[in-house]
Amino acid sequence: MLRIDQVTKELHNFSLREITFTVKGNDYFLLLGPSGSGKSLLLQIISGLVKPDKGRIFVDGKEVTHAPVGKRNIGILFQHYALFPHLNVFDNIAYGLRRKSVSKHAITQRINELSDILSIGHLLNRPIHNLSGGEMQRVALARTLAPKPLVILLDEPLSAIDAKLHQELSSLLRQINRQGHIVVHVTHNFNEAISLAKHVAIINNGKIEQTGSALEVFQNPRSEFVASFTGAKNFFRVQQQEISSHGLVYGEIHPGLTIAYYTEQPSEKGYISFPESSVVLTSNIENQSALNVFNGRIIDIFARQQGYEVAIDCEIRIFAIVTYESLARLKLSPGNKIYAMVKANAVKFIPES
Amino acid sequence: MKIDNNDEVSTGFSWFRIVLILAGAFILFFIIAPILSMMFHTPMGELAKTTSDKEVIDSIWLTVWVALLSTLTLSIAAIPLAYLLSRYNFPFRGLINAIIDMPIVIPHSVVGIALLCFFAGEGLLGKALENIGIKIIDTPIGIGVAMAFVGVPFLINSAREGFAQIPIEYEKAAYTLGASPAQVFFTISLPLAWRSVITGLVMMFARGMSEFGAVIMVAYHPMVASVLIFDRFNAFGLKYSQPIALLFLLVSLALFVVLGLLVQSNKKHA
Repeated sequence: MLRIDQVTKELHNFSLREITFTVKGNDYFLLLGPSGSGKSLLLQIISGLVKPDKGRIFVDGKEVTHAPVGKRNIGILFQHYALFPHLNVFDNIAYGLRRKSVSKHAITQRINELSDILSIGHLLNRPIHNLSGGEMQRVALARTLAPKPLVILLDEPLSAIDAKLHQELSSLLRQINRQGHIVVHVTHNFNEAISLAKHVAIINNGKIEQTGSALEVFQNPRSEFVASFTGAKNFFRVQQQEISSHGLVYGEIHPGLTIAYYTEQPSEKGYISFPESSVVLTSNIENQSALNVFNGRIIDIFARQQGYEVAIDCEIRIFAIVTYESLARLKLSPGNKIYAMVKANAVKFIPES
Repeated sequence: MKIDNNDEVSTGFSWFRIVLILAGAFILFFIIAPILSMMFHTPMGELAKTTSDKEVIDSIWLTVWVALLSTLTLSIAAIPLAYLLSRYNFPFRGLINAIIDMPIVIPHSVVGIALLCFFAGEGLLGKALENIGIKIIDTPIGIGVAMAFVGVPFLINSAREGFAQIPIEYEKAAYTLGASPAQVFFTISLPLAWRSVITGLVMMFARGMSEFGAVIMVAYHPMVASVLIFDRFNAFGLKYSQPIALLFLLVSLALFVVLGLLVQSNKKHA
């Protein structure tokens, strides 16, 4: 378990205020926030590279707030890997073990073990500058994992890599999480890791805005910021049912409720989301092209910056943004029956890796 | 610094480029001409005779080993100072950097006087050292002190730049893997800054070998090569000092070619 309790840090132009959250054993925790929100600073505080002004950090019940870096049972994977360029792959991975005075035999054994998991056995004698991006990633992961830290901190690990590597690394991360490591993954882009996350925290301007399961946070954003940052109020779990000959996928988002979408990464399970602005409301569904038509009742209307947000209950809750003119023309008000239409092209599918 | 051919902008014919080439040619001529002229005006027979002059050989040998030893000795403190200056923020860092550059701007005869004031019999440290039997004036130790004084800024500046160029992520990664600050320095920072450190060592060594002004004031005897050349010139004129000058030049060049190759081979490994 990793517990962050009221951690506060004042810098000359930024402050991290009373950050509190708990990541339970075997959790994959996603810390989401825009750049400059303080998430990287928080990672550095957790790892011990930066001392907090106030607050406490616990790993597995033991307070490590004042423990030296590297003696906290925490490993960190840096965004650009930070592999030591003057050491070869073997020596990079062995670095942390040597600092802990592990015997030569045990080092070789541990590295062989990791080489098998990460398929890097053939790289061990190679210099770092000879590695491809994907190889560097796996070596960096091996180096972080070698001393067997309980907690692994990931600093935007998926942001600068292509789709194929993204998929490879995602499944590795999932595997590592399954082996019992607590993972804290920091990113500014929820699409990149939402399929991995069990819990999510949204951080903005040095404060945690909301924490909860991915579905809770995305479906019930508790602040305007969370709603606009995630941009994903229409966010649902989906179970794929069939794929048409034209590549259109039909999936179930609620018992008896299907949605059609396109995806290049078909997968049994995952999430779908579509922007509120892509939802068209109508009282009449004749002659229209949208494949996804949901029949429901308006439950609420809120004024928003770009118009009005309409919440519709159609067994699931769908949100749409409409202009004042449309609101008046369609005479929309709570209690009215309405059809919500979403084009299949507007639906984004996020596979579970 | 490596200039990539792709960085060159092709502009066609340009008068400005002609001016640049002429300016460069002038500077090269300015440096090479006096050296070549000395080479051509020294009869080979004289040069050969000089190589068997014990006083000359002793002075060159003295110059080389004292410069080398003073460089290595001071580096034990200078390299950590360079690291400190590149990695930590503390009050008066700018002032400390300015102090380190002082030996470069002070006239070297003034350096000699200052060293005498400190190290000579009546000087602040001189007395204390004399009491424990260490003599500075007119000894190889004094020569080494003078050489180190004028040369150490080159080592510190080069090493500091080298440390500053290492991305801090490498050191952070090492800390998170359990390294202590000393382990980070010896296993990460120093190996990664090695090229700049070696360059600094070579520059300090070169500066020490070529020092004359400060050395002659602290130790006329035993004579280092530059003092011997001056001594022969004073006593017997240009003709007698020329072969020694040429021999010293050749030894220096040979040494720096070897050291240069060492740095190059280091670059390949870095």
